[in-house]
Amino acid sequence: MKRNLTLVMAAMVALATQMSQANADDLRLVGSGASFPFPIYSAWFKAFSQKTPGVTVDYQAKGSGAGIQDLINNTVDFAASDAAMTPEQIAKVERGVVLLPMTAGEIVLAYNLPDKPKELKLPRDVYPDIFLGKITRWNDPRIAAANPGVKFPDLPITVVRRSDSSGTTFVFTKHLAAISPEFKDKVGQGTTVNWPASDKIVAAPKNDGVTATIKQTPGAIGYIEWGYAKLTKADVAVLQNKSGKYVAAGGEGGALALASAEFPADLIVWVDDPTDPGAYPIASFTWQLFYQKQDAKKAEFLRQLVEYGLTDGQKIADSMGYIPLPAKVVEKVKAASAKIQ
Amino acid sequence: MVSFVLSDTKSASQPPSAAAYLVDRAFFVAAAAGAFAIIALVAYIVWEIGGQALPAISKNGAAFLVNTRWDVQGHSFGILPQIWGTLYSSLVALLIGGFIGITIAIFLTQDFLPPHVAIAFRTLIEMLAAIPSVVFGLWGIFVVIPFIRPGADWLHDHLGFIPFFGTSLSGPGMLPAVIVLAIMVLPTVAAISQDAIGLVPYKIKEAAYGMGTTRWEAILKVIVPTASGGIFSALVLGFGRALGETMALAMLIGNSNQISLSLFSPANTLASLLASNFPEASQIERQALMYAALVLLAITLVVNVLGTMILLWTSRKIAKA
Repeated sequence: MKRNLTLVMAAMVALATQMSQANADDLRLVGSGASFPFPIYSAWFKAFSQKTPGVTVDYQAKGSGAGIQDLINNTVDFAASDAAMTPEQIAKVERGVVLLPMTAGEIVLAYNLPDKPKELKLPRDVYPDIFLGKITRWNDPRIAAANPGVKFPDLPITVVRRSDSSGTTFVFTKHLAAISPEFKDKVGQGTTVNWPASDKIVAAPKNDGVTATIKQTPGAIGYIEWGYAKLTKADVAVLQNKSGKYVAAGGEGGALALASAEFPADLIVWVDDPTDPGAYPIASFTWQLFYQKQDAKKAEFLRQLVEYGLTDGQKIADSMGYIPLPAKVVEKVKAASAKIQ
Repeated sequence: MVSFVLSDTKSASQPPSAAAYLVDRAFFVAAAAGAFAIIALVAYIVWEIGGQALPAISKNGAAFLVNTRWDVQGHSFGILPQIWGTLYSSLVALLIGGFIGITIAIFLTQDFLPPHVAIAFRTLIEMLAAIPSVVFGLWGIFVVIPFIRPGADWLHDHLGFIPFFGTSLSGPGMLPAVIVLAIMVLPTVAAISQDAIGLVPYKIKEAAYGMGTTRWEAILKVIVPTASGGIFSALVLGFGRALGETMALAMLIGNSNQISLSLFSPANTLASLLASNFPEASQIERQALMYAALVLLAITLVVNVLGTMILLWTSRKIAKA
């Protein structure tokens, strides 16, 4: 046993020496933050590292809050956040921050019903009430009225929420607070909120934990990123938007929701309740955060990294369950990336 | 340099050589340093967590222990549901895991099996301790919950008036958490109970048989009572293990801040609260979490100290016998 350990150690030391020799003049760009865009970011960073000799990009999906904390503590070269940054957080970064929206996503309501009805329609006044714990059974007349022809079982609705602090919760509760004054009063909005006390509201960690719990619980409904729903082939609800139309996630709806966004100078914008008739109601940008003052060589490659994400990167967005940025947004972000110096 | 001058030069015994003396001193110093380092480490951990929790302690005070809301936005924190969930889940898990663990210990030590089969069994049970917590959690979600659902629904429908079955099982909740936790404490309880039962002198068993007891009378009325102190301390250590379990519970218990007797209702535990909220906590929430960690540490410490004391007390009693 001890001998094995020694062998392993020796092998590791040899490997480490070799690696450091091979990449003696290598530049490592370290980032951390949001887990929701992790699948697409890791695809970008891998491709970028391959096509740019001498540069490696490492990204750790720790969560938006942790990424912001790392940026403030100067332990990373860039960070990422679904909840952008608050003015107080921005003020704490001495080297100045550039926030760039890099991709966008939709949040879906995934459900698990025994008969697997497809395209379950949820009206705008119904789904906030489900998450408030006011509509508690699937055969509630208000759900049935929106879905003529579907027979709903007499089953309690189990709401599955995130147990950890999360950008997904932030975007979802922000939308619910915008469309339901009662939700705003009772639950509020944020990365963690006070959900109503009920034995039918359970919490699970991370997007995959919520997805697994929904899949294992007949009568469950929960909010997850569209990418995860797509990956796990979960049934997702069709939601009614501000104009009264029912729109499914994926496809045009997301892009239309974001099209109405007007970017201020700091590029932080929320689409709480999109107005376009074809828009999917719950969509949001997600940001990468950079320092304004950066050492010249790193700044050069970070700008290239942004450039890559905005051009080649956008092409894979749709297939991975994200929304490609509208062309005019790409222009704005490209211009803003010049601030990384 | 210490030297002894002995008058009897023909004696075979020699004074310790300088080297032997040095080795002895060095070993003593190393052992003492190791022991003190561990005590210092525990003290340092308590001091560090306590220091970080201090703002939360002075702000929330004892109300922290009885408030039921964990309100990040409103900066008002309370951990009563988590304390309740931690103790309730650990206690029920210990009831189940403890019963099975002691039964296994009796089965493996009292010649029910050929010795080599018993060793194979014992190794198998101890392997349970090596399974990662996350795997237990996943197994709980995908196997235990679907498996107990029909029974839980039946109990709720027919015996719903009993508080333990007062709510219907949604999925994650107290019962699946407790079942998985019981399996996780099983190896601890089984291993230490086996040692305790093994410590019972053979002549006591012989004497019992000599008085005409049957095998079961000997086991239940003589051997188990003699080993009861050791078995009890196995239970206390198992309880300590259950209190601190994190990942499997975070995945299974439902993380809902409720105080309910119902086994089918979701709940929360201190360890699960820490695991879920720590990574993205703000400064103020972090202090409150440190306070919660301190409470968990205090509960665990009390339980472990109690267990060790009982273990010491029993081994002394058996040594005298």
